[in-house]
Amino acid sequence: MSTVIPQVERSGIDANEVGRDSSLASATTVEARGLTKIFGANRAVDNIDLTVMEGEIFGVLGPNGAGKTTMLNMLTTLLPIDDGEAKIFGYDVSSEGHAVRQLIGVTGQFASVDENLTGRENLWMFGRLQGLASKRAHHIADDLLAQFELTEAANRPISQFSGGMRRRLDLATSLITRPALIFLDEPTTGLDPRNRNQMWNTIRDLVAEGSTILLTTQYLDEADALAGRIVVIDRGRKVAEGTPSQLKSQIGTSSLRVQMAEDADTTEAVVLTANLTNATPVVSPTGSGFSVQLSNANQAADVLVALRNHRLDIANATVEQPSLDDVFFALTGHTSETVMTDTEASNS
Amino acid sequence: MTAAITIPTTTLRPSQRTIKESVTTREALSQITTLAWRALIKMRRNPEQLVDVTAMPVLFTVMFGLMFGGAVSGSTAQYLPTLIPGIIAMTTITACVGAGIQLREDMDKGVFDRFRSLPIARIAPLAGPMLADLARYAIAAGVTLTVGIIMGYRPGGGIPGVLAAVVLAVITGWSIAWIFMWIGTKARSAGAVQGLSMMLMFPLAFLSNAFVSVDTLPGWLQGVTRVNPVSHVVSALRGLMNDGIITAQVGWALLGCCAVAAIFIPLTVRSYSKRV
Ligand SMILES: Nc1ncnc2c1ncn2[C@@H]1O[C@H](COP(=O)(O)OP(=O)(O)OP(=O)(O)O)[C@@H](O)[C@H]1O
Ligand SMILES: [Mg+2]
Repeated sequence: MSTVIPQVERSGIDANEVGRDSSLASATTVEARGLTKIFGANRAVDNIDLTVMEGEIFGVLGPNGAGKTTMLNMLTTLLPIDDGEAKIFGYDVSSEGHAVRQLIGVTGQFASVDENLTGRENLWMFGRLQGLASKRAHHIADDLLAQFELTEAANRPISQFSGGMRRRLDLATSLITRPALIFLDEPTTGLDPRNRNQMWNTIRDLVAEGSTILLTTQYLDEADALAGRIVVIDRGRKVAEGTPSQLKSQIGTSSLRVQMAEDADTTEAVVLTANLTNATPVVSPTGSGFSVQLSNANQAADVLVALRNHRLDIANATVEQPSLDDVFFALTGHTSETVMTDTEASNS
Repeated sequence: MTAAITIPTTTLRPSQRTIKESVTTREALSQITTLAWRALIKMRRNPEQLVDVTAMPVLFTVMFGLMFGGAVSGSTAQYLPTLIPGIIAMTTITACVGAGIQLREDMDKGVFDRFRSLPIARIAPLAGPMLADLARYAIAAGVTLTVGIIMGYRPGGGIPGVLAAVVLAVITGWSIAWIFMWIGTKARSAGAVQGLSMMLMFPLAFLSNAFVSVDTLPGWLQGVTRVNPVSHVVSALRGLMNDGIITAQVGWALLGCCAVAAIFIPLTVRSYSKRV
């Protein structure tokens, strides 16, 4: 509780905007043009342009199968680039991979630490591999273990680690050489709220220390909380780019989500809601509820009162920040669920 | 507990770092030893991976000695000088199969992604385990020899001959393992590596002079066994262990090992770099 650095709260947005206004040096760290990856007939990443400035948190937002991991794998030299080009700190990813690998830290979507080793052994090994003397590697390993609250578990094999502990060790392993640019593929997926919050704070601290972060996420609230700028990708294509507030202004401030007690009432409720809000409600995939964009929060009360007056029983109602679904609906005209099934269908 | 994790050391900007163009030989060697260390820890924590170099040689030596001794050489004791070098060659080759399977399993795990995202020598994740595997081949040869001695084998070449034989066996194992490493980078799964490797390992080990004298075989089979590098290794081992002499076969065996390594190391590295 006590060690939160005050000015880095929501560093993503604030730090960046300050940086840009006062024209502090903001060199580009990632510069990609027409980035493309084709798997058979599937254009997993399709002609994506990206520019990431030094010191920012850049978010890549997209549903399952959007191409986030594929894009990251190309930028981190793990996958060859089929078309287009990418530069990291001015080094060409395709032809100067060795230089690029010296400048970046990568935490993949899935654990990339060694199951056979303990946490301490993992950190020591990766330190040695990156040219640290044995003693120094031990020293840095112990520091990182302490920083990530893993000291107690340091000598346990990874197979006994919880998901959150693995995630932390994975990130710690990417930080051994203090890379200037860190790629994080869905850093909080599968974490409980406490661990998620901790991960957010860690990410903000890294930026405060001078790192640049490119992260992917499926959650709008995460992109909103962390990132200074976001690109939204869908089926390999970029569908939107901007600051979180720019994106949200495109899709309304909040949404009302209603779960009906009787599925059969949903249709009538949707018609009523549409008339009251002048917006198009989105029926949930299970058919028992819907959500609708609100131009102001008072509309929520109007809708709920109207439903009661028509004796339509409500099981559950919430007013929420727009979700990824809402963003997708606003940007692409379909929800992310249909994106997923379409992509999956095209794969089989 | 919800305290933010503080990271005191400041990040180095790219301009503050020295970017190297490539990995130096010294760095590569250090990376290979580090990854050999990892492989040894893995071996120690998964002792079942050592079954093929401990239990198997014991089983083969006892079984073959008792079963074929009478038929091939008149008695078990008389068969041992022929058999033990043959079994040593066979068990080291069997042990090689494990190298390919281990590599395939490793490549399917996330940790190999991290290796590939680091500025390390491409060959290090392959060469590290290969270095550690030298221990496996030495164990295989040592176990076979010990069982042979318990059964009554007395190597005429004495300690120097036996030590030279173990070294030759280890070199053979290391070179031939690259064939299985290559299979490991090519096959779809660890199971497929196992299947393909067995299909290769059995003819390699048995279509040789490891267990019988070549003269007793039909003509065409004699031709096959003569070109099989394993036959040269077995003959070389027999010369060293039984007579304490370095025959021309040692030269042929080493030449064969070099040829196998010269072909399969580049093939493996290329296929590994392309894969995943
Ligand atoms: N190695 C591969 N071979 C063939 N197709 C692939 C391969 N890797 C990914 N794909 C396909 O490319 C598309 C994008 O996948 P990718 O893993 O990049 O998505 P993602 O945005 O990371 O999804 P998630 O949120 O589920 O991690 C998907 O349709 C996937 O099936
Ligand atoms: Mg992914």
